[in-house]
Amino acid sequence: MSAEPSAVARSLADVAAEPGVSKPDPILVAADVRKTFGGLRAVDVEALEVQRGAITGLIGPNGAGKTTFFNVLTGFDRPDSGRWTFDGKPMSGMAAHKVARAGMVRTFQLTKALGRMSVLDNMKLAAVDQRGERFLASLVPPLWRPQEQEIEARAEGLLEYFNMIHMRDEFAATLSGGQRKLLEMARALMVEPTMVMLDEPMAGVNPALTQSLLGHVTGLRDEGMTVLFVEHDMDVVMGISDWVVCMAQGQIIAEGTPDAIAQNPEVIDAYLGRRRHHEEERS
Amino acid sequence: MDPAAIIANALRAALGPSAAAYALLAIGLNFHFGYTGLLNFGQVGFMLLGAYGVAITVTVFGGSLWLGFAVSLLLAVGLALLLGAPTLRLRADYLAITTIAAAEILRFSFRASPSRDLTGGVFGLSGFAEEFNALNPFTSGIQFGFLAYNQRQLWVLTVGWSLVALAVLLTYLLSRSPWGRALKAIREDEDAARSLGKNVFGYKMQSLVLGGVIGALGGVVFALNLQSVHPDTFLPLLTFYFYTILILGGAATVLGPVVGSVLFWFLMAGMDATLRQAGAAGYMPDWFGADALGAVRFLVVGIGLMLLMIYRPQGIFGDRRELALNVR
Ligand SMILES: Nc1ncnc2c1ncn2[C@@H]1O[C@H](COP(=O)(O)OP(=O)(O)OP(=O)(O)O)[C@@H](O)[C@H]1O
Ligand SMILES: [Mg+2]
Repeated sequence: MSAEPSAVARSLADVAAEPGVSKPDPILVAADVRKTFGGLRAVDVEALEVQRGAITGLIGPNGAGKTTFFNVLTGFDRPDSGRWTFDGKPMSGMAAHKVARAGMVRTFQLTKALGRMSVLDNMKLAAVDQRGERFLASLVPPLWRPQEQEIEARAEGLLEYFNMIHMRDEFAATLSGGQRKLLEMARALMVEPTMVMLDEPMAGVNPALTQSLLGHVTGLRDEGMTVLFVEHDMDVVMGISDWVVCMAQGQIIAEGTPDAIAQNPEVIDAYLGRRRHHEEERS
Repeated sequence: MDPAAIIANALRAALGPSAAAYALLAIGLNFHFGYTGLLNFGQVGFMLLGAYGVAITVTVFGGSLWLGFAVSLLLAVGLALLLGAPTLRLRADYLAITTIAAAEILRFSFRASPSRDLTGGVFGLSGFAEEFNALNPFTSGIQFGFLAYNQRQLWVLTVGWSLVALAVLLTYLLSRSPWGRALKAIREDEDAARSLGKNVFGYKMQSLVLGGVIGALGGVVFALNLQSVHPDTFLPLLTFYFYTILILGGAATVLGPVVGSVLFWFLMAGMDATLRQAGAAGYMPDWFGADALGAVRFLVVGIGLMLLMIYRPQGIFGDRRELALNVR
């Protein structure tokens, strides 16, 4: 499935495949990020760097701490400790909406469609720096109409791309599970992020559309966006990632190029092995 | 029984100053609950501050009516900030508990004897509407068929419904703007709004202040109409009337609170007149005295509202399609 290695993939080829390794041009640098729930260490990441302009896949068994790690990095959960910078700016402790405005935008594993708003309004909401979002300016439509029209055009373009344009005026609550995933991803792109963090974006999306989405994700990368995504489907991960990070029990147990990860015994043990183990048990 | 008199009574109330005041309070609540999803159970607290703001400024400090207006609105802003600052970052229920408590605290402190010099305690304040009455441009009352208002009522009505019209215009503009869209997004899922870069706390605070200020205007109209204020008018029950009005008309709709208020007053006054006439005509059993009348009125209106909610749960203006959505 993997086509020509991308320029980023080539730049990562020489990076050592060990947890916490430095990257040539990291956009996200995190250190000592810890989060516990009661006695449970949900996240315990000593170091992680995410290469700018690369697609980084984050894998790990259920309950490994991937979502919690996302929540902490994006300001949705307060960590017990940890420092991280995004694009050189310290981000630890920053409020979630400021994180998004700084260009780091996440989606949710359990989708959060804005149910009683139309699909188009879901999209338009996400545009940043809207003049009409200020109280006084909102009372004077001529101040924001032109910008609103630009936003609408951009939203429709994205909906078209995501095969959702026919749902434009439907309430988002009427969408199917897969359609919600699509809407959420398209909506995140409306923010025009420098880095998107997608939590299982393909879960529940039909295979044909998954293929087209994967194409879209690589397209985003080729335009310079950084992508960090959580995914359980190994074919997908290995197919499009430039780099793969594997978490288990809150820790990063391995990272490397897709090929290196596919052969890493720790990963096989923690992640792929578990499944094999189950199958053996069942038979 | 005289059906024409019943209708006349009901209509008088439905278009009267109290209906305008309640409409303003429900419009304010519509920003909180309808658009932003904030559970404010203390809207009557904003009404109280609006009413007393004018009353105290004029009677105790000898200020002008306009200063009284300004004081009312500033007090409402203050209350909104005070309530919002600690609670708007927390789960929705905290605001609900805080607001209902705050409104009661206000009522009890205004009626307490140590506040007597400022608020008149249980006796309240009166005699603050002279300047308002003096501004009355109408030289006579008005009569449309059986609907009659005297000169003063006409003046209160004009001011009250003009304020309602302004508030409706404001709702119209805001609900169709990107600002209003952000409020609705917060109502639907505040984490989603946050993940898209919206300052959720800031918007909630703006909504709380705006709705509170509109509610205080309702309090001002209410006080100017009665020309006196008493602390025990401002019972928690009133907030639930405002919710009834809002849901009756349709939450998150532009005209819902106004039509809800008109209908609410029509039903209440119509029921009242019917029962009174039935009593006077001897249709009612002997045990049915004057105090039973009040209770039965609420009972019948309550049943009417329940039927309405069963057969038209989205309110008069609401969108049934929207209500049927299983919002996850
Ligand atoms: N709010 C919470 N309270 C208590 N424990 C939690 C909470 N959120 C997550 N956990 C625990 O933290 C651990 C990590 O959960 P997390 O959701 O981050 O896993 P994940 O890697 O995203 O798993 P999946 O692949 O199933 O989505 C789990 O053991 C989970 O039970
Ligand atoms: Mg997860």
